[in-house]
Parts: sequence; structure tokens; C-alpha cells
Amino acid sequence: MMSVNRVLIYSLLAFAALVYLMPLAVMLITSLKDLDEIRSGTLLSLPQALNFDAWGKAWGTACTGVSCEGLKGYFWNSVLIVVPAVVISTIFGAVNGYVLTKWKFWGSNLFFGMLLIGTMIPFQVILLPMARTLGFLGLAGTTTGLIMVHTIYGLAFTTLFFRNYYISIPTELVNAARIDGAGFWMIFFRIILPVSAPIVVVSVIWQFTQIWNDFLFGVVYSAGDAQPITVALNNLVNTSTGVKEYNVDMAAAIIAALPTLLVYIVAGKYFVKGLTAGAVKG
Amino acid sequence: MNISSRPRQSFGEYLPKLVVAPTFVAALVFIYGFMLLNTWLSFSSSRMLPKYDWAGTIQYEKLFANDRWWVAAENLMLFGALFIGICLLLGLFLAIFLDQKIRGEGAIRTIYLYPMALSFIVTGTAWKWILNPELGIQRLVREMGFESFTFDWLVNTDMAIYTVVIAGVWQSSGFVMALCLAGLRGVDENIIKAARVDGASMPLIYRKIIIPGLRPVFFSALIVLTHIAIKSFDLIVALTGGGPGFATDVPATFMYTYAFTRGQIGLGSASSIMMLLAVTSIIVPYLYSELRKKNDER
Amino acid sequence: MVLISPSKLNHLLTENNCYSVSSSLISSTAVRSFMTRGNRMKISKLVAGISLALGLAMAAQAAEVEVLHWWTSGGEAKSVAELKKMLEAKGHEWKDFAVAGGGGESAMTVLKSRVVSGNPPAAAQIKGPSIQEWGDEGVLADLDGVAKAEVWDKLLPSVVADVMKYKGKYVAVPVNVHRVNWMWANPEVFKKAGATVPTTWDEFFVAADKIKAAGITAVAHGGQPWQDATMFESVVLGVGGADFYTKAFVALDPKTLNSPTMINALNTFHKIKAYTDPGSPGRDWNLATAMVINGEAGMQFMGDWAKGEFTAAGKVPGKDYLCVAAPGTADDFTFNIDSFVMFDLNDKELQKGQNDLASTILSPAFQEIFNLNKGSIPARLNLPMDKFDDCAKLSAKDFVSTAKANTLVPSMAHGMSTFSSIQGAIYDTVTEFYNSDSMTAEAAAEKLVKAVAAASAE
Repeated sequence: MMSVNRVLIYSLLAFAALVYLMPLAVMLITSLKDLDEIRSGTLLSLPQALNFDAWGKAWGTACTGVSCEGLKGYFWNSVLIVVPAVVISTIFGAVNGYVLTKWKFWGSNLFFGMLLIGTMIPFQVILLPMARTLGFLGLAGTTTGLIMVHTIYGLAFTTLFFRNYYISIPTELVNAARIDGAGFWMIFFRIILPVSAPIVVVSVIWQFTQIWNDFLFGVVYSAGDAQPITVALNNLVNTSTGVKEYNVDMAAAIIAALPTLLVYIVAGKYFVKGLTAGAVKG
Repeated sequence: MNISSRPRQSFGEYLPKLVVAPTFVAALVFIYGFMLLNTWLSFSSSRMLPKYDWAGTIQYEKLFANDRWWVAAENLMLFGALFIGICLLLGLFLAIFLDQKIRGEGAIRTIYLYPMALSFIVTGTAWKWILNPELGIQRLVREMGFESFTFDWLVNTDMAIYTVVIAGVWQSSGFVMALCLAGLRGVDENIIKAARVDGASMPLIYRKIIIPGLRPVFFSALIVLTHIAIKSFDLIVALTGGGPGFATDVPATFMYTYAFTRGQIGLGSASSIMMLLAVTSIIVPYLYSELRKKNDER
Repeated sequence: MVLISPSKLNHLLTENNCYSVSSSLISSTAVRSFMTRGNRMKISKLVAGISLALGLAMAAQAAEVEVLHWWTSGGEAKSVAELKKMLEAKGHEWKDFAVAGGGGESAMTVLKSRVVSGNPPAAAQIKGPSIQEWGDEGVLADLDGVAKAEVWDKLLPSVVADVMKYKGKYVAVPVNVHRVNWMWANPEVFKKAGATVPTTWDEFFVAADKIKAAGITAVAHGGQPWQDATMFESVVLGVGGADFYTKAFVALDPKTLNSPTMINALNTFHKIKAYTDPGSPGRDWNLATAMVINGEAGMQFMGDWAKGEFTAAGKVPGKDYLCVAAPGTADDFTFNIDSFVMFDLNDKELQKGQNDLASTILSPAFQEIFNLNKGSIPARLNLPMDKFDDCAKLSAKDFVSTAKANTLVPSMAHGMSTFSSIQGAIYDTVTEFYNSDSMTAEAAAEKLVKAVAAASAE
């Protein structure tokens, strides 16, 4: 027998789940309707028949400007940007976190605080100086430049995650290894890294989501045919010929979001586990 | 330790610093260096493109005389406070409820968490529809028979900022929930058992023992939420475009509009410096006390 | 080695296939940055690379002309596709650099970053006084060569030519002339409501009342600042006339901005709000046009790009919809001229590409086909208008006659009359007043003066 309390809890949780799902449901339902159904029905009225035309169009034939190739070409661009940026920023984050907790030096806390305040800087501020820097380095309009930008501005958060995780690993363990003659890297690879899986997952998920969803840096620093998918999506959604094809817009939006959605659905469990394992222990 | 290892030793001493050096340099140049440049620009006469000259405090005077700036600043206060507050409360409660050995926890957790995966470029349109009086909730409820039901916050100058809060909370509260859930899982079961044995009720245990123990969780959550609140740019642009009028303008959109659309980089820079000052004046003392405390505990 | 490859050269390489993908080429910036480091080995490699690149560039015929624009929708996209075709017929490559959305706001941000990074596109869509601002930065290419050769001074009306010149030299080339002070009406709706199409603002409110009484939204409006401003400038022009308009929005005379006439215009403007529907805030302009097309609304105040939407829906002017001047502005013309500027580039081939692009844009063939698609009229004088519809013919006729009568005025809402900073200041006041139910017109007029003064001060 369920107690009244438990019924209450379950219904609260279920209600909240429905509310959280609504925007996605609206998008999904709309993407499966044709334009007449969208016009005549309400937001949540179900489509009469499943209609995947909008998805095909969003993927392959929707037009922006003079090209009509949908989103498909841009998907790969995003992957090329996201993967290196996530890997590099995670590696640096791990090593930074390791140093900031196990090899503290004078000013290491200050350094950390400085990084954290850095996360509060509005990105619009750095657009133009960064553009000049990239131009100076010869990286303007290149994927490499974009990867660099994402890596740099992701470091603060990856460092935060790893630092908070490593702080819960007993320092005595490291000290003992040091007395046994283990060096900096040996300790990192033999002791620290093997227990880092959960927090690596957290860092990767976070960075992946942030970078995949980025629009501002992508639109400003990428060259024409190497633009990430969010830019293509923006162009597609802001382009209409005669009528606004909401179903195509919505399908495109879901397509652009699929990788991050998938990451959350598949790795979400590890995300919470990773956080449990120590990311939240200051 | 034998003598032959001494050179290694001294290299080893530098190694940790060497390892964080790239990050340090990157932060110094790309965060603080750019901040300084920006500070300079805020004292310059820059209009369409950056111009590094000296114009005194004219940009700040203009900024303070600008009604729109004060609307934006006020909006950020309101939005920031509500957004962070509601996210923390909602996240905490969802986590506590979800921590009661719920069947299907995994699925529910994913549902709460997924909005974090989507950018507002993606969900903005859906939210616009849901909140639009002629398409969304208002119409839905009216068609259910409640003819006089009104929900037109999105198009109401005084209420539009609250719709931004709603969408923002939707996106970020799941993350706070995950953090809190993780924190709850980390609480030592034995302490709770002991308290129960002493006859304490569950709500009391939560209030007196568990929630205070989540302090580090709130620290992480607060950093992340503040970061999101200040940078709420996509959210505003996608949902209201700053409107109606400029009723939902925030400093991030204000800065962007002036620096990039209106060719007033000096003024835009001044606004970003004000924004940065306001944030650091709140964050730095907090950061200091938190980091300080941990040092003492250690 | 990490080096820059100017997109154009890179392209040549792949086309000629003499380099593998990994090879890179160099721009002068890279050379400079390497020089400062004093890396001789790399420099010698670079020099080799440069000479190779130059050799290739000379051997090649085509330049890849990168064009930044935000014409991605409907008729506009079709028009750009035409331009691309014509440029390619001249042996150049077209590199599309489209940034959609926000009336070019994102595109401007991208452009500024590109210019700051020393990597500007060949051409970009920039118009009005902004051309002067870019000229001040010293980054624009001089088009006087091609302009003299083709005698642009004779081809273009002086009003248009003045906008295209920086310090007496052509730096931009116009594509079209839009008329902004249009009112689009659905005759079916007017008939149903028993209303007549208004020619003065008094008549307008009579008609709007009738349409409203018939249960139809009288005015289709999208509550975005630029749309508010578009409607506002038509009201100002109708209430105050062309002289008043010029004094207010071009000369920015404080006494005019805060005058009884302006207060009257503000009041009239605010009164229109009662005739729009509650869903209007934030609505895109083309969705508002769709309301007129579908008979959900009676009229809309919008420039002639709205015609593209009617045409796309298969509607015929005069029969399915009416294009009339906004009330009280039949003898006036607010113009909005789209144009392209070229950026100063070192590469000879690209310069030729830019000149060819400029001359293509001004060619009669392009002017005709572009403007047929876009709803505007050619910027060039004396082109045959037979293929155009009645709205465009009327616009072309009025363009010439208003120019003579001195009632041809630049559109404030579309950045033709002031710098973007002042335009923005006017936007803010107008949209705040429109959206507020408590602000008086007197207060708004005072605010207008203050905001304009603040935005003009250095």
C-alpha cells in the first residue's frame, strides 16, 4: 500500500516531468505535422498521420541563401570543432585540477579564484579583441582558431570540475606515493587518473553541450563553409520563402539538438554519478 | 633521498607550476588582458570599430543618463534573483523528492535534465509559441472552456521579464536538481539513522542536518547559475528579442546592441565594465569566504 | 606549419591540384608575425611559398569573391542567386557568406570581427550613412575607376549617388530603391467592413473603426522596434509633411523633435496600437503581411519588400491587394537604398573581381531582374519598367517626381537618415512610447530630444 505521502510525491514528480517535456513535445509534434495541420490545430493537437517530410527537408534540401543543402553538411563541421575542443579542455582541466589540489603552491587558490571570476566575463566583450588576436596568429576564419577559442573559455569550468573532484581524494595517498619516489606524472597517471572516470564524464558532457550549442563564437569566427550547425540552424530558421515552414524549422532544431540530447540520455546516469562522486564536494 | 635525484627534484618543483602555466597565461591574456582592453575602450571615443584613444568618462556619463541601461540593469537584478532563487529551490525539492527511492528515477531524472542539453536557438521558438497568447497556453486553456483565462505575460511590458525567468528556470533547474541529488547521495546514512533514533522527524533532519550539509553543492550551483544568468543572451534574443519595446533588455543584450548594432563600442564597453564590477562585487566576497573556509578546514 | 591561407588562394590550390591538402599559403600578416619572431628558416620557407602562390595566382583566371549579405529569404535569395550567376559568367567565383536574421544585425557583428581580424570579405551589404562610418575607418576600396569608366554620375540620380560616395569618391554600388511609406490593404476586408481606403489620418481612423467593428484586426503589425519605427516615420511624414520630416530626422533639430506637430504625430501613432491584435509584439513582419494576405487584417504599414510576400502567395496588385501611400504621404517618398561596399584588398585579381561585381550590380539586366524579385525599383535612371507591376511603376514615377518637388526623404527607420547610434536612440524612444500606456506624447517628445542629443555627442 502506498502512503498518501508517496502518492503525493509521485504525482508531483510526474506533473513536473510533464511540464519539463512540454517544449520538446511541442517541437516534436509540430515537426510531424504538415503546414495545414499546424495552421488549423492547436499547439498540442496530434498530427493525423506521421509525416517525416519536414525532417527530410531540414536534413537535406532546405534553402538558405543560394544553397539548398539543409543541415547535413554542417553536422560534420560541428563535430570537427567540438571533439578537439572538448578533449583539449578536459585534459587541461584534469591536470589543472590535479595541481590545484595535490601540488598546491603559493597563490594557487588565487589562481583558481581568478579563473572562476573569468567565467563571469560576458563573451560579447571578447569578440573583437579575440578577432584581432586570431588575425594576428593567422587563425582568422579557421576551424583551428575556433577550437582554440572554445578551449580557452572552457578551461575555467573544466578546472572547477576536476579541482572539486580531486579535493576529495585523500592527499595522504599522494604524499605516500611521493615518499616512495613517484613523480608528478607517475602519480597522476597511476593514482589520480584511474579514479577520474566519473568526473571526466561530467566535464565531457558539460563541454560538449556548451560548445555544440554555441552560436556567438561560431558565427563570428568560422569561415563560410566551415560553420557549425547552430549557425546553419539560425540561417535556416531565419529564412523563409513565402510561408514560414514551422515544421521544417522544428525538425531542424531537433536534428541540431540530437547529439546533445543523446549524450544526456545515454550518459546522464554517469553525469549524476560523476557529480555524486565528488564534483559537488567543495 | 639520494643526491643524484636533486636536479630532478628541483625540476619537479617547477613542474606543477609549469603544467598550469598555459592555463594561467591563457587566463591572463584572454580574460584579464581583454578585460583591460575593454576597460580602455570604455574610456575611449570608440564608435564603430575599436579606437584606442582617451575620452575621459564621457561614456560612463552617457551610460548613466541612458534610461534603457537602467531598465536592463534592473531586469538583470530581478531576473538573476528570481532565476537563481527558483532554480535552487526547485532543484532542491525535486532532488529531495527524487531521493525517496522512486521507481523510474532514471527516466524522470533525464527528463528534468534534458533542457540543459538544448540551446535556446533551438527551444526559443517552441517557448515563444507556448507563451504566445494567440497560439499557446492561453488558447489551449480557453479552448478547454475557460473563456476568460488570460496568460499574456510575453506581450505585456510589465510581465515579459517573468516569462524569461520561466524559460530560464526550465532550462537550468534540472542541472541544480542533479547537483543536489548528487549531494544528497553523498550524505552519510549513519548520521540520518542516528538522528532518527534520537526521534527527529524527517523534515527536521532535512532542515537541520542534510540541507546545511549541501553547502558545497550550493556553491557550485551558484557559480554555474550566476554564470548563466549574466550571460543570458540567447534566452532573451530567442524569446522576446528584448521586447516588448526594450522591456526585457538585460546588460548582455544592451552591450551587444550598442557595441555591434549601433556602432557605440565605447558605450557598450562601459556597460560591460559596470556589469563586471557589479558581478565581482557580489561574487568575490563570497568566493573569498568559501575558498578561505576550505583552507582552514584543511 | 600553421600558416594562413587566404580563402581565395586556398581555393586555387585545390582547383589546380598542385598541392596536397596539408600545404598552406601565407598572407602578409603571417609573414609579419613570423618576422617578429625572427625565425629565419620559416621565413625562407614562407618566401618560397609566397612566390609559388603568386605564380599560381597569376596563372589563374578567376578570383573568389566573397560576398557578405543577409538576403536569404524568398525573393531576396532568388535575386542573390541571379547576381551569383552573372558574376560567374564573368569568370569569377562567388563565395556566399550569408548570415541570416535580425535585419543584418548578426551579419554586422561578423563583418566587424572580420575587418578587425584583417580578413574582410570582398564585398558586404552596407547602406546609408553607415557607408560614411566605414569610410572613416579607411577600409573601403575606391570604385572610382569603374564608376568613371561607366559614368555612374549619369546613370544614378544624385540623391542615390550622394549616398554611395565617401569624400567625393564612389565606394559603394546601389542595388535598388525601396519606398517605405506604403500601406498595404486587403480590398476584400474593406468591402466586408464597408470602409474606404484612407488617404488622410482622419479617414484612416474612420476606416479602422469600421474594420474593427466587423471583427477583423484593422492593422497588422509586428511589435519589433524597427517595425514600430517604420510605422512611426510614415505617421510623422503624413502629419508633418516632408519639410518637417527632414528637419526632425535628418537635421535632428531639437525644436522640431519637441514641437506640437511631433506631439500630434506621436499621439496619432499611439492611437494605432488600439487597432492591432494582442499577438503583435515580437511578430515578424512577413507574418504580419500574411495576415493581410489571408484577410485576417485590413492593412499594414511596411516598405515595398512586403510585395514579395504578396507575389509569393500568387496575389495580384490592384485586385487581391492594394498598394497605396500611407495616409497623407501620397506626394512624398521615403527611400531606403540597399547597396554593397567593397573592402580594400591587396590582391589584384580580387580587385578585378570587385570591379566586375560592381559593374554587374549596376547593369540593366541585373537591376531589372533583382528588383522584379525584391519588390523595389531599380536605382538606375531610365530603365524600361514594362515588366514591373503597377506598384513598382507608381513607385518609379513618384521617385522622379518627389525628387523634383523636394519631397524625397531618407528613411529614418531604415538607417538612411542618420548614423546607427542616433537611429537606435530614436528607436528606443519610439518603441518605449508605443509599448507604454502611461507615457504621454509630451514626455516622449522630450525624451526624443534628450536621446538624440546623447547619441550624437562624441
